[in-house]
Amino acid sequence: MTGKEYRTITDVKGPLVFLNKTEPVAFGEIVSLRLSNGTIKNGQVLDTSDDMVIVQVFEGTAKIDREAGVTFMGDVFKLPVSEDLIGRILDGAGKPRDGGPDIVAEQYDDIIGAAINPYSRRSPHDFIQTGISAIDCCTSLVRGQKLPIFSASGLPHNDIALQIARQAKLTGSDEEFIVVFCAMGITAEEYNFFRADLERTGALEKAVLFVNLADDPAVERIITPRLALTAAEYLAFEKDYHVLVIYTDMTNYCDALRQIGAAREEVPGRRGYPGYMYTDLAMLYERAGLVKGKKGSITQFPILTMPGDDITHPIPDLSGYITEGQIVISRELHQQGIYPPINVLPSLSRLMGSCIGEKTTREDHKSVSDQMYAAYAQGRELRGLVAIVGEDALNERDKQLLEFSGVFEDKFLRQSRDENRSIEETLDLCWTLMSRIDTKYLVRLDQKWIDKYHPDNRK
Amino acid sequence: MKNEGLIYRISGPVVTAIDMKAAMYDVVRVGTEGLMGEVIELHGDKAVIQVYEDTSGIRPGEIVVNTGETLSVSLGPGLLTQIYDGIQRPLPTLEKEMGVFLTRGVDADAFDLEKNWTFEPQVSVGDTVVGGQVVGHVQETDTIVHKIMVVPGMGGVVKSIESGDFNVTQTICTFEDGTDMQMMQKWPVRTPRPYLQKYPPVIPLITGMRILDFLFPLAKGGAAGIPGPFGSGKTVTQQSLAKYSDAQLVVYIGCGERGNEMTEVLDEFPHLIDPNTGKPLMERTVMIANTSNMPVAAREASVYTGITIAEYYRDMGYDVALMADSTSRWAEAMREISSRLEEMPGEEGYPAYLSTRIAEFYERAGRVETLNGEDGSITVIGAVSPPGGDISEPVSQGTLRIVKVFWGLDAGLARQRHFPAINWLNSYSLYPQSLDQWFRDNIAQDFPEIRVELSGLLQIESELQEIVQLVGSDALPADQQLTLEVARMIREYFLQQNGFHEVDAYCDIHLQYKMAKAILAFQESAKSAMASGAQLGDVVNVPSRSHLMRGRLNKGYIDTIDDMVKIMLTEIAATVEGN
Ligand SMILES: Nc1ncnc2c1ncn2[C@@H]1O[C@H](COP(=O)(O)OP(=O)(O)OP(=O)(O)O)[C@@H](O)[C@H]1O
Ligand SMILES: [Mg+2]
Repeated sequence: MTGKEYRTITDVKGPLVFLNKTEPVAFGEIVSLRLSNGTIKNGQVLDTSDDMVIVQVFEGTAKIDREAGVTFMGDVFKLPVSEDLIGRILDGAGKPRDGGPDIVAEQYDDIIGAAINPYSRRSPHDFIQTGISAIDCCTSLVRGQKLPIFSASGLPHNDIALQIARQAKLTGSDEEFIVVFCAMGITAEEYNFFRADLERTGALEKAVLFVNLADDPAVERIITPRLALTAAEYLAFEKDYHVLVIYTDMTNYCDALRQIGAAREEVPGRRGYPGYMYTDLAMLYERAGLVKGKKGSITQFPILTMPGDDITHPIPDLSGYITEGQIVISRELHQQGIYPPINVLPSLSRLMGSCIGEKTTREDHKSVSDQMYAAYAQGRELRGLVAIVGEDALNERDKQLLEFSGVFEDKFLRQSRDENRSIEETLDLCWTLMSRIDTKYLVRLDQKWIDKYHPDNRK
Repeated sequence: MKNEGLIYRISGPVVTAIDMKAAMYDVVRVGTEGLMGEVIELHGDKAVIQVYEDTSGIRPGEIVVNTGETLSVSLGPGLLTQIYDGIQRPLPTLEKEMGVFLTRGVDADAFDLEKNWTFEPQVSVGDTVVGGQVVGHVQETDTIVHKIMVVPGMGGVVKSIESGDFNVTQTICTFEDGTDMQMMQKWPVRTPRPYLQKYPPVIPLITGMRILDFLFPLAKGGAAGIPGPFGSGKTVTQQSLAKYSDAQLVVYIGCGERGNEMTEVLDEFPHLIDPNTGKPLMERTVMIANTSNMPVAAREASVYTGITIAEYYRDMGYDVALMADSTSRWAEAMREISSRLEEMPGEEGYPAYLSTRIAEFYERAGRVETLNGEDGSITVIGAVSPPGGDISEPVSQGTLRIVKVFWGLDAGLARQRHFPAINWLNSYSLYPQSLDQWFRDNIAQDFPEIRVELSGLLQIESELQEIVQLVGSDALPADQQLTLEVARMIREYFLQQNGFHEVDAYCDIHLQYKMAKAILAFQESAKSAMASGAQLGDVVNVPSRSHLMRGRLNKGYIDTIDDMVKIMLTEIAATVEGN
């Protein structure tokens, strides 16, 4: 349904267009704007009343003047979905970008997405092996989890995300993931890197890409992740796929949100970001998980770059309040030449407890993980002390822990970009490394696991 | 003007209606789908409405109907074990009506209106009853007797009273003046239910968490705030309290937090046993789940829905504990609505009335004499999620001004995996003075003195640590090194408590006392052994001490701990001879 075209624009401000005297326009309705040069832009209604309508224009307001024609499309934003999405590359507004035909829709889904009834969720508990020791051992990932990567500019978060996408699998199962990839304001170079890698491994054929690049309209970034998640929900909950959603970079998304807030002259919250950013982010991150009566699942890997490497910045802060843990990338480790430079200390997987142990990974996993973490934490702390008092002042235990912290980084964290360690290999590696410390200092290990897994007892 | 008007404007969850007769807090039905909303501002001929469901697709010109009611909850047997959204719609019913995704426009009764309950009258024909008085009993769950009370403000001389099986809408009592009553009543959520008087808080809420019960106790009828950055343990602490505290009833409000956390509670609680009654935990629990992605206006309402249900059970004479996770999300909902109203913002964009609302909410806690002349209480525990973990922000500050207990979660401790990550140096409770008599009478005469000793040792430790940072611990004299060891024992053996451990997650208060005494016994015997020439290293490393410490992870520790302490003391004494 296409209605009448109005030429009643009064104001244009930032990404917003204000117009008056229209038909009754629905809140959230999709709008088409026709410029005098024939260009078509799209937008959405943010505020509607008898006197005035405010439209947020996705492609930016450049070249819009009072003469532009505005048509209300009679419906809220919907994405055409079908299994044809798989293998396709779409732009940030959901139009084909790969030169292919339009998606033949099986149905049209509202991109805002309805909230999952908390009563209808199933608890996630299937361990995903990523093949990366730091993650598998210390911050185990669960199918249906939302686990962001907190990174910063210039760090290899993309390599890590891709390695996870390549290697992720359930242990003892050949169920595969399909990847929904969502780019928001990243550079063409970064995008090509992702694309080439997905292509190289054949994953592209089983992926759906939504791409908004740095030179694409900023406001469009508000809808790009919603399109991606709508596709993900369709594939997971209508078609039984296990979907891995990678979206990057959340920081660009939040900046777009800030732009709109500023244009509406809203009272800003911290650092100029809108007061409702928590709710807005939750409407994305909460679109993950498992639901009753459906086989599929959505696991989310949002990537965000922390401005100024500051974890208390509103973007990582509000994200951390919503997601189920975080994987923190460290500049210090990166500068030491360690890949993947994951700092396990501030990293956390809140669902880890539900997915590790005898039935899923191995009986000693929890014990090993606690001990590795504790020994590394203590070793790292000693580095500070040594800088003041010198290594000679350390007692035997502290010397061993200090040495261990180096080995932890060099042998446990460090692995190559295509090295895919099984959870068994990871845990065995832990034992080998921990055996450099006197057993009497390994107080977090259960004696029965020492008897069974310690290299001294295995020979 | 009439009870019907038209939509004039829609801006997110806020809708403006014109040409409609309206009063503040009237419940209205918005648009052709009849979405539920509440009048929150009057402006000339316009009524501003917050809508409890998503408003996209709604247009100006659609109809708005004023129901003339105020936002209320339904109260009666059937509340327990339920899980509601912020406006008391049962989530299982919504699942039946909508499927797994929450769409909109569905009404649902708060509980089964058809189900029959066995009503046992407690009054007779000719009795005069007043508002709040109990007229009969219903066994609601195995543990909870639901007392049917006259609606406050109503009452009269009983003309007839029923006995037997009735549903909640059938009349069970009539009065001489022609009025009658049913088992179900309604109460407006923004109006506190009345009581006769507030009592001072003199009984502790025993939580089974050592750091809370021992160092920073909360009173039944008191209020506590738990601020902490993300991932520091607010939810785990709140859930532990919901599981193990000795309240008779629990109202758990998931306010603007994660969906999976509510699922976890739903999965777990039916299988968990209340250590205080031996019955499934679910039977004493009412849950409200308005997660972060559900409509913000309903999130704003959720805390009122919860506290009103809590007050209703308080009025029956129960001790109710209410957890709100997280009050910051409630405050943010207020901020969001307020900014849509274009109100003049206060600090950080929050409305100027933020601290008033917070104070009013916590004021609904308390231990009271009910209208029926019984003792009842509501203890409120609110999580606070300060941005960046910095509690100088308005919600934390508004909370700390009113609550008497502050359990400060600490990112550093969480990072060290010291759980619960409650900072023992800056947390506080203002209740010990009023609770000490109870602890003396019910646990041990010297309970308060033991508490002071433990916190004193922790204080000294923090001072000694500063020196250690500079010179290393070996440079300290032996007695101070011992103090450090004792403090470490307090931290690792007593304060640390894994919220997921099958045995240690809950610690009986008598056992807590024994453990505290064990630490002091260690200190004393170590001191005297060292005075007689024993080496610190030998004293500290007696094997029986680590047995004692690890023993807390085993069942039946309360029966074995005394012997373990004895063995430890003997071994420590023997270190003197060894020299
Ligand atoms: N008492 C405890 N015992 C054991 N582990 C705990 C305890 N408290 C917290 N943790 C650990 O810390 C993690 C985070 O705790 P929790 O979810 O309670 O944080 P939170 O403060 O509610 O965070 P958010 O504000 O993001 O909701 C848990 O998943 C668990 O691993
Ligand atoms: Mg929480």
